[in-house]
Amino acid sequence: MHIVVPIKLVPDLAEELEVDASGTALDTEWLRYRTNEFDDHALEEALQLREVSGGTVTAIALDAEEADKSLYTAAAKGADRLIKITGAGEKPSSHATARAFADAIAGLDADLVLTGVQAVDDRDGQNAVLIGRYMDIPHVSVVTGVSIQGDTALVHKEYAGGAMGEFEVTLPAVLGIQAARETPRYAPVGKVRRAMRSATIEELASSGTAEAGSSVTRMFRPEKGQGAKMLTGSADAIADQLITIMRDNGVNL
Amino acid sequence: MSADVFIVTEHLGGSLDDVTFELLGKGRDLATSTGGQLVAVLMGSGAEGLAAELGAADRVLYVDHPALADFNPATHGAALAAVVGERSPQIVLVGNTSMGMDLAAALSVDADLPLIAYATGVEHGADGLTVTSQLYAGKMHVESRPTGGRCIISVMAGSFDGSAGRGGGSPEVESYAAPASIESSRVRFVRLMEPEAGDVDITQSDILVSIGRGIQSEDNIPMAQELADALGGAVSASRPIIDNKWLPKTRQVGKSGVKVKPRLYLALGISGAPEHWEGMKDSQLIIAVNTDPNAPIFDFAHYGVTEDIFEVMPALTARVT
Ligand SMILES: Cc1cc2nc3c(=O)[nH]c(=O)nc-3n(C[C@H](O)[C@H](O)[C@H](O)COP(=O)(O)OP(=O)(O)OC[C@H]3O[C@@H](n4cnc5c(N)ncnc54)[C@H](O)[C@@H]3O)c2cc1C
Repeated sequence: MHIVVPIKLVPDLAEELEVDASGTALDTEWLRYRTNEFDDHALEEALQLREVSGGTVTAIALDAEEADKSLYTAAAKGADRLIKITGAGEKPSSHATARAFADAIAGLDADLVLTGVQAVDDRDGQNAVLIGRYMDIPHVSVVTGVSIQGDTALVHKEYAGGAMGEFEVTLPAVLGIQAARETPRYAPVGKVRRAMRSATIEELASSGTAEAGSSVTRMFRPEKGQGAKMLTGSADAIADQLITIMRDNGVNL
Repeated sequence: MSADVFIVTEHLGGSLDDVTFELLGKGRDLATSTGGQLVAVLMGSGAEGLAAELGAADRVLYVDHPALADFNPATHGAALAAVVGERSPQIVLVGNTSMGMDLAAALSVDADLPLIAYATGVEHGADGLTVTSQLYAGKMHVESRPTGGRCIISVMAGSFDGSAGRGGGSPEVESYAAPASIESSRVRFVRLMEPEAGDVDITQSDILVSIGRGIQSEDNIPMAQELADALGGAVSASRPIIDNKWLPKTRQVGKSGVKVKPRLYLALGISGAPEHWEGMKDSQLIIAVNTDPNAPIFDFAHYGVTEDIFEVMPALTARVT
């Protein structure tokens, strides 16, 4: 069983986001990049599946800021093989990203591709489904449970309200992972450092490309001020105000 | 290319999802502007009865096949690609829902059409389409325009008024033959699993004390429970709390949880991601406590406090016990 996990690097939302001078993109000067949180879930699920079914787990990322760190972190968590795709361009669209992943994965003889259900910057669509159609392999998105039975995967797809669809999917397939069966494991810094010394990142040149078919004309922060009325003061003063607000709004206390 | 606007209907367990009506409402405006018809694509097996509820559309394209009886990313995807490929609508609206996520991006590749996702606003005028998307977990909005005239747009549930899409006339129902390829699908539907009944039905509670990742540890949940008890409410939560198994799934508010409309929604350490907003935006009074002044929750809460929840929770509890 060869499980491939495409990883996307996305801006860390804990940092403040600013729009750049063009007015159509994020100002990259202060941005920090991190692994898309749903890709962490995909990697965790891949490692859990390997424990049950055996095989290898390959983490693959496009060449970008923090890509090496993200791949070494995957190795520290247990990924067997690391691949970086070069030449896919600066800030590729979702379509271009998925195309680069699909072309690279096509040569890896993967049985299963697990990636995050979405990322915070997927303006032109989600990675898992795009990869599936580019590779012409089946896809299921919003997945919270996977088990392998021979050459099929039994997967649970989540709908609203906690209902789930169960599907049997012929492998190879790509799944958009919403949540791993366990909280994604954490790799301590020391372990990541050791992985940096011992693991190697293979490089693969990207081949095909794809267009988003649309362009951004404006990026802006949602209007402030129209939103919440902000309360200030000590915790006690705030609590007093909140109780008054609740009562004034007909909340029965 | 036609000037038509297609909307992809969504149904589960025999009833249409709210998002279908929201798309119909918006689609009506768009079709008026493009000068085309508003067409609802309905896929199912023996589901033509649902067409009666799609009166806001000019026409229903109904694709009937046993392989479409239950939603299936592969069969529904292939059927949709066939319809859109042949009829060439100008605009296709899909919900950015669990089903829609499997359909929209696949259609983009199959029909070679641009996709703009996470839309909360769609306008069509003399100079074409402008789509507003909510990105970066709601921290940024982005306007985009398709390069050609045509586009698939996946719309966040709750973005448009559903009442505009309900009722109306009796649309013409046209049967459309499913492509033969769906007979042998690599994805097979096995069964629908209903959610397990929970200990507490948070949709029935007038007061919700809702906790997010800001609660930091399972050990801090009793502090929220004490506040909920004092207020006479229940504890609900954002998705990460449920993924961590700190609370049961039935307590989850949002896109993949439940929709709630309490009299008071007290959001404690919740950032306000679009998927959370979907589930609680209709609450009568929303009060948010979050240490980050830029948290998106403050864009739609009525009152906001940038304080530590561990200060505010006990202060509130003390006042109502
Ligand atoms: C298909 C899909 C479906 C989803 N469905 C849902 C859903 O149904 N429901 C849902 O909630 N999410 C859902 N999500 C996840 C969603 O995208 C967000 O990841 C999630 O809502 C974030 O939860 P949060 O706000 O608790 O965490 P975070 O975004 O991490 O926010 C935590 C907040 O706590 C604040 N904070 C930290 N410490 C303190 C403190 N001491 N005092 C005050 N504030 C503090 C921080 O400033 C931060 O804003 C879904 C995602 C996908 C892809």
